Amino acid sequence: MSDYLRTERLTLGYGDTVAVRDLDMSVAKGEFLALLGPSGCGKTTTMRAVAGLLAPRGGKIWLDGVDITRLAANRRQIGLVFQSYALFPHLSVFENVAFGLRLKGLGGAALDRKVAEGLTTVGLESFAGRKIPELSGGQQQRVALARSMVMQPKLLMLDEPLSNLDARLRLEMRAQLQRVQKETGVTMIFVTHDQGEALAMADRIVVMRAGQIEQVGTPEQIYNAPASPFVADFVGFETILEVEGGRLKTAGGPVSLAGLDASVAALAWRPDGVRLGEGPFSGVVRGVSFAGATRQYLLETRLGPIKVEASAALMPRALGEIVAFDLPLETAAKVGTG
Amino acid sequence: MRVALGLVLLFLIGPFAVIVAASLSAGETLAFPPQGLSLRWVEKVFEVESFRASFVLSLTLAIGATSAALALGVPAAYALARYKVPFAEILRLIVASPLLVPGIVVGLALLRYLVVPLRFPIVLALFLAHTALILPYALRVVSASLANLRPEIEEAAVLLGASRAGAFFRVVAPNIRDGVLAAMVLGFVTSFNQVPVSLFLSGPGVETLPIDMLGYLEITYDPSVAALSTLLAALSLAIVLIAERFLGLTRYV
Repeated sequence: MSDYLRTERLTLGYGDTVAVRDLDMSVAKGEFLALLGPSGCGKTTTMRAVAGLLAPRGGKIWLDGVDITRLAANRRQIGLVFQSYALFPHLSVFENVAFGLRLKGLGGAALDRKVAEGLTTVGLESFAGRKIPELSGGQQQRVALARSMVMQPKLLMLDEPLSNLDARLRLEMRAQLQRVQKETGVTMIFVTHDQGEALAMADRIVVMRAGQIEQVGTPEQIYNAPASPFVADFVGFETILEVEGGRLKTAGGPVSLAGLDASVAALAWRPDGVRLGEGPFSGVVRGVSFAGATRQYLLETRLGPIKVEASAALMPRALGEIVAFDLPLETAAKVGTG
Repeated sequence: MRVALGLVLLFLIGPFAVIVAASLSAGETLAFPPQGLSLRWVEKVFEVESFRASFVLSLTLAIGATSAALALGVPAAYALARYKVPFAEILRLIVASPLLVPGIVVGLALLRYLVVPLRFPIVLALFLAHTALILPYALRVVSASLANLRPEIEEAAVLLGASRAGAFFRVVAPNIRDGVLAAMVLGFVTSFNQVPVSLFLSGPGVETLPIDMLGYLEITYDPSVAALSTLLAALSLAIVLIAERFLGLTRYV
């Protein structure tokens, strides 16, 4: 069940470079999976290999119980929404969506109905006759989505689906993607470098780094219990201190912390997890920025630079001021616990 | 400013106007200003037997060479745009070389090393030379339209069920159609008006129209050559104007 799509020791590369090494990944049927990682981590390469656009150097890919490693891309029944949308500029919206259906031999009223359904799903039912260059970026993306969806693919993949949209459209598209996924139950993988998107949309997240998987988990697991300092950093923990011999390893030497669990690899705090104004540590304010409900400070401390977020209702601190702060255990994420 | 613009226009259009006027002359010799007005020299053009033969040769040559250049140029442009071709820049330069080398050199070289020693048929040599001359245009114009096309659209077509070849004909070909037509027009006009290369590759019975006109002018100094020039210029102008109207030819040149 959880092996609807499975890669086994998948190794990919271009020319002399190896982009992905021995990747084992599995996706359940109907799941909404995010492939998260910084640019160059191999996530888009992985997606292209699954789609059949890149031949693997080694390993296998299974989809729905069938080994598709050597299957031609046009027979895999996998949909892909490209980051650039890759719409056919010489065809109307209708013909773009109808493209794959026509190749399947569909025509006449059946074709019209399918295309209309597809366009309705993405809210573009009145755009059938439009030309592609007349559409906005958001509309083009929805056409690309409809074009893939009408094929009823076994798997739909989206490459950075939100990165070319402005902030407001991004929220709209997020909701639309989630709705389409829930309504149709299609298995969906989306590739992103934005942890916020991955956390907000995915059922499960695969975090990649340098061609390998760093962590797999639900958004809660990734957010609250990052498996490595890399993942912690990637999901917004600004202060990450390794644990060595029962003490915190810092720029200014080891620091003891009461109640510290010596079995974890590191402790990590988000800016809002650091308590300002009281505690055993002190630092000099080197930066202040106002962020509406909160104020963010950059402190120079003997532990290294530390970012703190405090309620804007509190008295503002001045640059150069020496302030006390605490790194409470209860707000810390335990990084790399078994 | 205006004066300069006027001078440029005069410089460009002036000779053409003189030829048109001379072709309408009623006199016996090529002269400007024309002596009286008549259409007799325009009519004469259609009565000269050699003009008819050389016109057919020029037309056949232009169509044949343009087709051959496109048959080579479109796949070459596609390969250069889509794949990492080793020494791509040098390859482009070689293809462009007929544009850079003076036509006289090309013509002489073909005559000296192909036609004379190998007894190569002259018509075939003309065809090869014209194809080589048009190829740079075909490659450049088609490359320009391919550059505007994202390679992902072919991948998108494949993922929607098309074969590689199907993707090319369904999504690439329609998008470079205008470029191919533009290359066709440019190639045709280039071949049809070609003089220096053809000059060396003409012989008894094998003459392109411009070469024939040159030869005619050396013997007979009547205004029929001016009349023919006017007709040809009108034909070229019509082709280019139609192409510009429908394809926006000026984008490519």
